[in-house]
Amino acid sequence: MKESKVKKYSYFGEVWRRLKKNKVAVVSLFVIVLIIIIALLAPVLAPHPYDQNNPSRSLEGPSSDFLLGTDRLGRDILSRLIYGSRQSLQMGFTAVIVAAAVGIFIGAIAGYFGGWVDNLLMRLLDIYQGIPMFLLTVTLAAVLGPSLRNAIIAIGVSMVPGNARFMRACILPVRDMEYIEAAQAVNASSTRVIIRHIIPNSIAPMIVSITMGLGMAVLAGAGLSFIGLGAQPPIAEWGAMVSDGRSYMRANPQLSIYPGMCIMITVLAFNLFGDGLRDALDPRLKT
Amino acid sequence: MIKYVIKRLLLFIPILLGISFVALIFIDMSPGDPARIIAGIEKQEWEVEKIREDLGLNDPLLIRYVKFIYGAVRGDFGTTYYTKRPVGPDMMQRFPYTLLIATASILLAVLIGIPLGIYAATHQYTWKDNTAILLSLIFVSVPAFWFALLLVQVFSVKLGWLPVSGIQSWTGWVLPTLSLALGYAAGLARQARSNMLEVIRQDFITTARAKGQSEVVIKYRHALKNACIPLILVVGGMYGSALGGALIAEVIFSVPGLGQYMLAGLTGRDYPVIQASVLFMSVIFCLVILLIDIAFAFIDPRIRSQYVRGRKRLKGDA
Repeated sequence: MKESKVKKYSYFGEVWRRLKKNKVAVVSLFVIVLIIIIALLAPVLAPHPYDQNNPSRSLEGPSSDFLLGTDRLGRDILSRLIYGSRQSLQMGFTAVIVAAAVGIFIGAIAGYFGGWVDNLLMRLLDIYQGIPMFLLTVTLAAVLGPSLRNAIIAIGVSMVPGNARFMRACILPVRDMEYIEAAQAVNASSTRVIIRHIIPNSIAPMIVSITMGLGMAVLAGAGLSFIGLGAQPPIAEWGAMVSDGRSYMRANPQLSIYPGMCIMITVLAFNLFGDGLRDALDPRLKT
Repeated sequence: MIKYVIKRLLLFIPILLGISFVALIFIDMSPGDPARIIAGIEKQEWEVEKIREDLGLNDPLLIRYVKFIYGAVRGDFGTTYYTKRPVGPDMMQRFPYTLLIATASILLAVLIGIPLGIYAATHQYTWKDNTAILLSLIFVSVPAFWFALLLVQVFSVKLGWLPVSGIQSWTGWVLPTLSLALGYAAGLARQARSNMLEVIRQDFITTARAKGQSEVVIKYRHALKNACIPLILVVGGMYGSALGGALIAEVIFSVPGLGQYMLAGLTGRDYPVIQASVLFMSVIFCLVILLIDIAFAFIDPRIRSQYVRGRKRLKGDA
């Protein structure tokens, strides 16, 4: 028990050491942490409440009262951008965690048991994957009813099949290892073999794929809010803010440009970090 | 080969039956009552109930499913709840727009992305490679809807070269296609680059170098083909996602495509529209994937030889 703990530490210690050398990955990790802090401290950092209307001061340019100006209802754009980070991170992290948990579960069962269980699960996934992914997300979000929670469910559900397939593929080579046979020989239950031996030994590529999924989920969430199927007003959400600003593109393009840049920076940070993590976890893949 | 195609085509049937069922379950889950929306809030409950009965909304799930399949097989997808027009012809009228946007943007993505990725890989560790990586990373992370608005701002509002929305002439197609294409181009460039770098390290390239082959021939004759073949699968997946992703371009540039049709159906709880368009898009998507798989098997000699060998073995057994 103690031994395995030491080994675990050294493995992740090794990964961390390699990750630290990669400047891009460190900077992107810093940006991600910064965005998380902004989201957590939004009420402290934001100069105004995100839903405070000032009808007399709508569509103003930057001033000392409103550093980035105001929107159609006279709400402070900077405060709304700060609060918007909460929605995006929430959508990204929750959707990805849900998708990963369900995907790993399905993939592990299919990969470990094989045979008809595997066949049945994979054919069911075939059906799910027969629907173009964004279409599935939009349909789910719309039929569940537009709200932030339902958008998260929709994104999570449509990411499940990819995760499940990937997990299954990661498990197949591990399943036939001697130590699995040894565990089975000492009468370990299937659950124990899967949780204690199979998953820890096949999870590394999955972690990278999950990190890459974060950026995708944030983009999908912003896309849903943009077409009105995500966060509902007056909640501040970047995708919805871009959409709100569309009618004022001519005179006040900044209304749409700022929130779009926030989405881009967040997604870029997640993608860069994912790239760095992939290189650190498996230096052989480094290109 | 033909056997494989037939097998794949037969597999379509359960998948499409499954997709129709999934679509129906989604609809069944949804709150909101189309009968009430059609009737308006003033109508009495018995009047709404009559509409519900007429639309067949009171039938059990399985009956509705069988009815839909029975109609779909004969090409009859029912009529929309609001305009009372048949859904099939409506979809056919709108589909070409979506198809054109998706096809054009994928073509553009291939034309930009693959050469860029190959170029970056052949210039690894130079500023050219770094710029290409940086550009593709940025474009992968840009939300397409936001990028579309920026394009409008620059090319329509500031420069006045292209229309803000609508597709009266060919100029109207440029921005929707471009806004969708660049994300895919960036994705392809990244994939092409890493494929090319992987191939360059393989033994047969070392062999080619050892026998004194020139770098140009090695790069463009030996490596290029092997790097590009797996990209076919990536392009196939992207095409499917472009069919769905066209929706956002359709909304921004008011293109009367299938995505908008479906979105209107979703917001209005127009069940026949939702069911038919989900099924239709999925059929197209599955067909594309099938074609790609066949093309892949046909182009890659390693996979093609599996079929040939299989056939020979069968003959030998007999």
